[in-house]
Amino acid sequence: YVRGIFKNLHGWFINCLRYLFCCFQDRAGQFFSSGHTNNWAVLVCTSRFWFNYRHVANTLSVYRSVKRLGIPDSHIVLMLADDMACNHRNPKPATVFSHKNMELNVYGDDVEVDYRGYEVTVENFLRILTGRLPPSTPRSKRLLSDDRSNILIYLTGHGGNGFLKFQDSEEISNVELADAFEQMWQKRRYNELLFIIDTCQGASMYERFYSPNLMALASSQVGEDSLSHQPDLAIGVHLMDRYTFYLLEFLEDIHPASKTNMNDLFKVCPKSQCVSTPGHRTDLFLRDPGSVLITDFFGSVRKVELTMETINLTDPIEQLESAESGELQKEMHTYADQLPVSEIIHQKPKQKDWHPPDGFILGLWTLILLVFFQTYGVKHLKHIF
Amino acid sequence: MATTEVERRRGQLAALSIAAVVIIVGVPLWWRTTETYRAWLPVSQIKELAKLQLHLSADVEVVFARGTVTPEQQKKVPLTQTQNMEHRVDEDTALSYRYETRYRTATIMEEDALNQPTAAEADLSLHTLSESPSGSLVVYVIPESSSLLPQNVDVYIGQRRTALLRIGSQMRVGKTLEQLLAHMEPRIKQVLHVMSFSHTDITAALSNRVRISPGNKESIADSMRAFKSSPGYEITFSLLNPDPKSHRLHWDIEGAVETYIQPLLTKLSPVANFSIDSQTLYYAMLGVNPRFDSSRSTYTLNADSLAHVINPVEARLGSNAASSNPVLNFLLYIPDAHHSPLYIHDHKKQQVPTNAFHSPRWGGIMVYNVNEFYEVDTVFPVDINIDMAKVMGVFLAQLRLLLGVQSSTPPPGFLVAPCGNAGLADWELDRLMWSRSVENIATATTTITSLAQLLDQIGNIVINDNIAQQVSSAVTSLQLAVSELEAGNLGFALQYSKEAILSSERAFFDPSLLHLLYFPDDQKFAIYIPLFLPMCVPILLSLLKIVSEARQKHREKKPKKD
Repeated sequence: YVRGIFKNLHGWFINCLRYLFCCFQDRAGQFFSSGHTNNWAVLVCTSRFWFNYRHVANTLSVYRSVKRLGIPDSHIVLMLADDMACNHRNPKPATVFSHKNMELNVYGDDVEVDYRGYEVTVENFLRILTGRLPPSTPRSKRLLSDDRSNILIYLTGHGGNGFLKFQDSEEISNVELADAFEQMWQKRRYNELLFIIDTCQGASMYERFYSPNLMALASSQVGEDSLSHQPDLAIGVHLMDRYTFYLLEFLEDIHPASKTNMNDLFKVCPKSQCVSTPGHRTDLFLRDPGSVLITDFFGSVRKVELTMETINLTDPIEQLESAESGELQKEMHTYADQLPVSEIIHQKPKQKDWHPPDGFILGLWTLILLVFFQTYGVKHLKHIF
Repeated sequence: MATTEVERRRGQLAALSIAAVVIIVGVPLWWRTTETYRAWLPVSQIKELAKLQLHLSADVEVVFARGTVTPEQQKKVPLTQTQNMEHRVDEDTALSYRYETRYRTATIMEEDALNQPTAAEADLSLHTLSESPSGSLVVYVIPESSSLLPQNVDVYIGQRRTALLRIGSQMRVGKTLEQLLAHMEPRIKQVLHVMSFSHTDITAALSNRVRISPGNKESIADSMRAFKSSPGYEITFSLLNPDPKSHRLHWDIEGAVETYIQPLLTKLSPVANFSIDSQTLYYAMLGVNPRFDSSRSTYTLNADSLAHVINPVEARLGSNAASSNPVLNFLLYIPDAHHSPLYIHDHKKQQVPTNAFHSPRWGGIMVYNVNEFYEVDTVFPVDINIDMAKVMGVFLAQLRLLLGVQSSTPPPGFLVAPCGNAGLADWELDRLMWSRSVENIATATTTITSLAQLLDQIGNIVINDNIAQQVSSAVTSLQLAVSELEAGNLGFALQYSKEAILSSERAFFDPSLLHLLYFPDDQKFAIYIPLFLPMCVPILLSLLKIVSEARQKHREKKPKKD
C-alpha cells in the first residue's frame, strides 16, 4: 500500500519535472513570439473640472498598475487635464482616491505627470503620437518608440459617437485618431498597439482603425453610456468609472511573471457589473489574442541574453594628462543685463501676416446689393424675384 | 412703355453685371483666400524611388602566391571576372549583387610577407604593404605546404581586409586555370559571405521597407538585438554600489573609456556619432534576491530571473534630456558584502564565464565580484580598484553585439582573427557600413514615399518651403547614395544615405505638418451655405428670368418672321 503511494508520488514528481521542462521551453518560445523589446504607455485624461475627478482617478490607476508591472517613468507619457490632488475643493489634498472609504491613494509620492492642465490638447496628443514635436521638447514629453515597441494607449473622459472631448472645448474624431495611427505605422513607430478607451460610446472611436497590429478595447458600445462606479460621500464626487474599476481589480492580480492573456482582459466587466457592454476589436491584430500576454502591454518584461564572449584587452590604461595649466589666466567679465528693459519698452510691433478682415465676403456682397438697390430703387426687386 | 423697357433693360444689365462680378472676381478671390499654401514637391522622382533597385558591388582581388599555380596557368593570370546575382525581394524592391574578381600573382614583397611564421604577423605585414579601400577584399591563395595556418584550418580571416586561403591538394595537378578557379569558387564564395555583404544581412537591413517573415530563431534574435540605424547614440556607463559601507570603489572610467572604448568609437565615426557619460549610483539594488548555492558556497542568479533585474534599476538611471538618440546602458554591479560572491548561472546551471548579460536594444549588466579583495581581518569599508581591462572587455563585446557588428559563426575550416585593440576588424566595419547604408536608404525611401502619399491624401496640410527643400535634398541624397553604392564607393554611399535619412526625418517630423483640419462634408456645407446662398439665390433667379424672357422673345420673333 505504501509502495503504491510512493509510486504515485514518483509519477507525480516526474510529471512535475516534465511540466517544468516544458515551461522552460515555452519561455524560450515566448522570447520570439511577441517580437517586442520595450514597452511604452500613453495615458490621457481629457476632462477638467472637479466633478470629473473620476477620469483623473481612472488614468492614475492605470498609471500605477503599469508602473508596478515594470514600465519606467521614462517610457510613460502621462497627460492629466486637470489637477485634482491640489484642487481647492479636495478635502484631502495631495491625494486622489480610487476606492471609496479612501482605501487606495493612486496619486502617491512619485507621480510624474508629463502634460498637465492646458497642455493636454488634441494637438499635443496627435503630436506625441506622430512624433511631430518642436525640437525644444524634452525627452520625457516624447514618445520615442521604435519598430519593436509595444504601446499601450489609454484614453478616458467624455465622448460621443465618433469623437472624444478634450478640455470641454475641442474634440478629436475617430478619423483623426485612425490617421494618426496610420502615420505611426508608416514610420514603424510601434510593433503592436493596445488601445483602451473608457468613455461613453467608446466603441465608435476604434471603428475607423485600418492599420495593422492594433487591438482595441472600449467600455461601451455606440449608443450606450459608460457609467461611474461609486461616489464617496466625504470627497463628494464619483471616484472611478466602472470599467476602469474592474480593470484595476483585474490588473491587481497580475504580476510581472504572470501568464494571463488577452482573452481574460476581454472578459473584464461584463454587462452585469458594468451596465454598458464593453467591446473589443482584434481583426487588425496579427497574433491570436489568446497568445498575447497582459504583460506584453501593461508590463515591461525584458528579453535577456547571456553574454558569452569577451574581448581580451591587453593595453594598459593611459594616464590622462591633468588639465591644469601653470598660470591662471584672468579674464574680465561683466554683469550681463538679464532684463533689457529699454529694448522691451521700445520694441517695434511684430509684423503679422495680413489677413482679410472677417466677414469680408459677406460685406462685399452686401455692398454690391446695397449699391444696386440704391441706384435703381426697390421696385426693381420684382425683376429679380 | 419705353421707360419700362429701359428700366427692364437696366435691371437685366444690373443682374448680369452682378453675376459677372461674382463669377469673375468673387470666385477666384474666395479660392485664393481659402487655399492652403503647398510648395512644390518632386513627386515623380519620389515615385521612382518607391521602386527601389539596389546594386551592391564589391571588388575582390585574388592573389596567387608562389607554388599555387603552375607556370602555364600563370600565363593566363591576370584576368578579371564579374559575377552578377539578382534577387527580387518584393514587387517594389530588387537587389543585385556584383562581384568583380581580379586575379593576379603575388609580388615579391607580398611573398616575403607571406613567409612570416604566423598568420597574424603575415596579416600585419601584408597590411603595411597596401591598404585596400573600404568595401574591397583581398584573398591570398597560399600553397598547401605553407605552415602559416594550422592543420585543420583552410581559411584565415585577418583583422583588416585580407584573407588567407590554403589550396587543397586535389586542386593542383594538371588542371587548367578555369578548372582551378572553378574548384576554388565555393571557398571564395564562403569567404565573401563572411567578410562582405550577404543576402541574409541585406534583406534583414531592408526590414523597414519589406515585412519579411524571418527564417529561424537566430535571425529573429539578431534583428531584435541590434539597435536600428540612428545618426547618434548615447552610451552611459554606470557603477552600481549597493553597499557603500563595505566597499569604497574606485574605477578609472575616463582612462578606460579613452583606452578601450574610444578606438572602437573613432573607427565607427563614419557610421554614427557617440556621446559617452558615466555615473555612480549608490544604494541601487537589483530587483531580484539571489539564491545561496551551498554546494559552491556562492550566491547565484539564474537566467530566468535576470529579466526582472533591469526594470527597478532603470528607474534610477538618468538620461540626457536634450537628445532623442537611443541610449545604451552598461551597468557594473558590485554585489554587497552579504551576497558576495554572486555568479550568474545559465539554463544548465553552469556559471557564465563573463558573469554578464545583456538585453536587446537596451544595454548590458556585468556583476563584478570583489570578495577576493577581503583579507582576514578587513576593516570595512574596503578600498577596491576595479580591473577596468576585464570589465571593458565584456562591455566591448556587448557593445559590438548591440551595434550589430557581430556576425554569425563562420563555416568549418575558418579561423577568424580576434578583433584586436580597436575592437573592430576592418571587414566587420565594411559589413556594418553595407548594412547601414542599405538600411538608411530603405528607411529614407519609405519615409519620403509615405510622406508624399500623406500629403497627397490630405489636401488641407500646409507644405512650407522648408519642407519642400528638405524633401528635395533627401531625394537628391538618395539618388546619389544609390549610385555610389552601385559604383562600390562605400564611404560616400554611407555618407549620402545618412544625409538622406536626416533630411527625410526632418521633413516627415516637421511640427508644421499636423493635420488638424478634418472637416466632414456636412460640416463644410453647414459653413458655406449661410454665407453664399442668400446672395446667390437672387442672382440665379434673375439670370433664369433673363434667359426665359430671351427665349420668349425669340419665340415671338419667329412667327413674326414667318
